[in-house]
Amino acid sequence: MSEKLPPGSDSSPSQDKQKHGTTRRTFLKSAGIVSASVAGAEMLTGVPRAEGQEQAGAVGPGKVALKLRVNGEVRTVNVEPRTTLAEALRDELHLTGTKVVCDRGSCSACTVMLDKTPVCSCMTLAVDVGDRNVTTIEGLAHGEDLHPIQAAFIEHDALQCGFCTSGMVISCASLLERNPKPSADDVRTAISGNICRCATYPRVLEAVVAASQGKGA
Amino acid sequence: MNRFDWVNANSVDQALASVTDESSFKAGGVDLLDLMKDGIASPSRLVNIRQISGLDQISEDDKGLRIGPLVTLTQIEEHPAVQKTYAALSEAASRIATPQIRNMATVGGNLVQRPRCWYFRSEDFHCRKKGGTHCFAQDGENDYHAIFDNRVCAIIHPSGIAVPLVAMNGRAEITAKKGKREVALEEFFTSPTHDVHRENILEPGELITAIVVPASEARTAYYKQGEKESFDWPIADVAVSLAMQGSRCSKASIVLGGAAPYPYRAKAAEAKLNNSEITEDSARAAADAAMANATPLEKNAYKIPIFEAIVRRTILRAAGMKAEGVAA
Ligand SMILES: Cc1cc2nc3c(=O)[nH]c(=O)nc-3n(C[C@H](O)[C@H](O)[C@H](O)COP(=O)(O)OP(=O)(O)OC[C@H]3O[C@@H](n4cnc5c(N)ncnc54)[C@H](O)[C@@H]3O)c2cc1C
Ligand code: FES
Ligand code: FES
Repeated sequence: MSEKLPPGSDSSPSQDKQKHGTTRRTFLKSAGIVSASVAGAEMLTGVPRAEGQEQAGAVGPGKVALKLRVNGEVRTVNVEPRTTLAEALRDELHLTGTKVVCDRGSCSACTVMLDKTPVCSCMTLAVDVGDRNVTTIEGLAHGEDLHPIQAAFIEHDALQCGFCTSGMVISCASLLERNPKPSADDVRTAISGNICRCATYPRVLEAVVAASQGKGA
Repeated sequence: MNRFDWVNANSVDQALASVTDESSFKAGGVDLLDLMKDGIASPSRLVNIRQISGLDQISEDDKGLRIGPLVTLTQIEEHPAVQKTYAALSEAASRIATPQIRNMATVGGNLVQRPRCWYFRSEDFHCRKKGGTHCFAQDGENDYHAIFDNRVCAIIHPSGIAVPLVAMNGRAEITAKKGKREVALEEFFTSPTHDVHRENILEPGELITAIVVPASEARTAYYKQGEKESFDWPIADVAVSLAMQGSRCSKASIVLGGAAPYPYRAKAAEAKLNNSEITEDSARAAADAAMANATPLEKNAYKIPIFEAIVRRTILRAAGMKAEGVAA
């Protein structure tokens, strides 16, 4: 029963604006202000961690400077604690390969790896990433050398519109990291949260099996 | 989502000291972010408990299982001792949400998550649970609502992990500034007739610091019926625990999810099995008894035959038998 709305409560764009308090345009505007006012942000080295027994130190609600390890590099972003990892990646670091579709954890389009674990970046706060390594779709290839899963997706024509594809590829790459010789059922489970409206699932399955047998490209 | 300030707690003491009236603890953050994005919750501070060390472990000894509240659903699903001895628990964990969500969602957060009733989750409906005077599900779109104890507020309790945990007599260790208490999970969850604004006895500022499952020889099984094969919320789910003496059942525990505003203990069904042989007939009688007092709403009576089927089959599976008409 996921994703069903009560009668009369369809999220029209205008309702969305009210609900989430900010439109894409105002968000981008305020993001524009960030670069001009970095000095105003609370500067932190890494993630704030208070010591001792009493009350821990609080940061926010204003901007916080965070160091994020993304695709092998340490990057600094200045974001409010309410900023999701997906927003930080896309709007601050311009890593727009990660897609946001439902923004509610129910489609997995926004999947990234935290260390080797696939998670929804739309339901992860940037301030909560800490020193875990973030791997996005941009981090899979080494220069011109595609990740075996990427090569296999091309070879097996495992995408159509491509909107689910970055999340799908990350889910599959993460599966192979944890389980280099997955069964067909392991693959089905690994992609069971990745919604593909173009129904590319059979090709995705073929691609992952091929990649796991070293026959990607 | 509203703005808030953020505290990373390193210890339970620090978490308890950092929480204010307007703040929320954050574990995996999956339910909290959902509620905040929908404007249903707007805490002014999040106290992040995710990094408190020692609360993310599962340990097993001859007394039973101790599960830290920060253990993720994936950890439960994959834990060898849980798979072996507490089968219904790992089966239930493996059927919740998506792999990505299971990697993030914690046991503590799963138990304390708010209901998914679409009227509750919509800012447009000021329902009884949110301080209004009306339960819109009573005469509205109530297909997915409760079939028991549904007159004040017809939510079903959303926690999938609670269903086997209650069936296995799980207990919650709750820590507050003033000390610790331990509560049976069956008593942890409450009816809307008790207080419609909450689903459990947790007071503000209290933390679940462990889930304890007593060791038992009982055989357990879990089944979730969704609308589709891949991930979905259950329409109906059931956990069965059978303590056996030879071929007789000495004590049955049957808990239904998707049936009531709390994990629903089907006592009438248990009574049919206690001190009886488990057979296709006794399982059927128990399943019928489980549904005898249901009070479905206009659009959810379809749940009754579903429950009858899954309760019967899950009893038989817990007893190691094959149900008629079901592939192994
Ligand atoms: C697409 C999708 C499908 C889903 N399907 C299912 C499903 O089929 N079955 C199911 O059961 N769930 C399902 N869920 C819900 C999901 O399992 C819960 O949101 C998740 O388990 C909440 O855990 P969390 O650690 O993220 O909690 P958080 O969001 O961090 O916390 C939730 C609440 O619990 C409180 N809390 C957290 N930990 C503690 C603690 N130790 N002590 C006291 N209070 C605490 C928080 O203050 C907050 O109020 C689904 C979610 C999504 C997005
Ligand atoms: S955009 Fe994150 S799960 Fe859909
Ligand atoms: S390729 Fe279009 S949604 Fe998957």
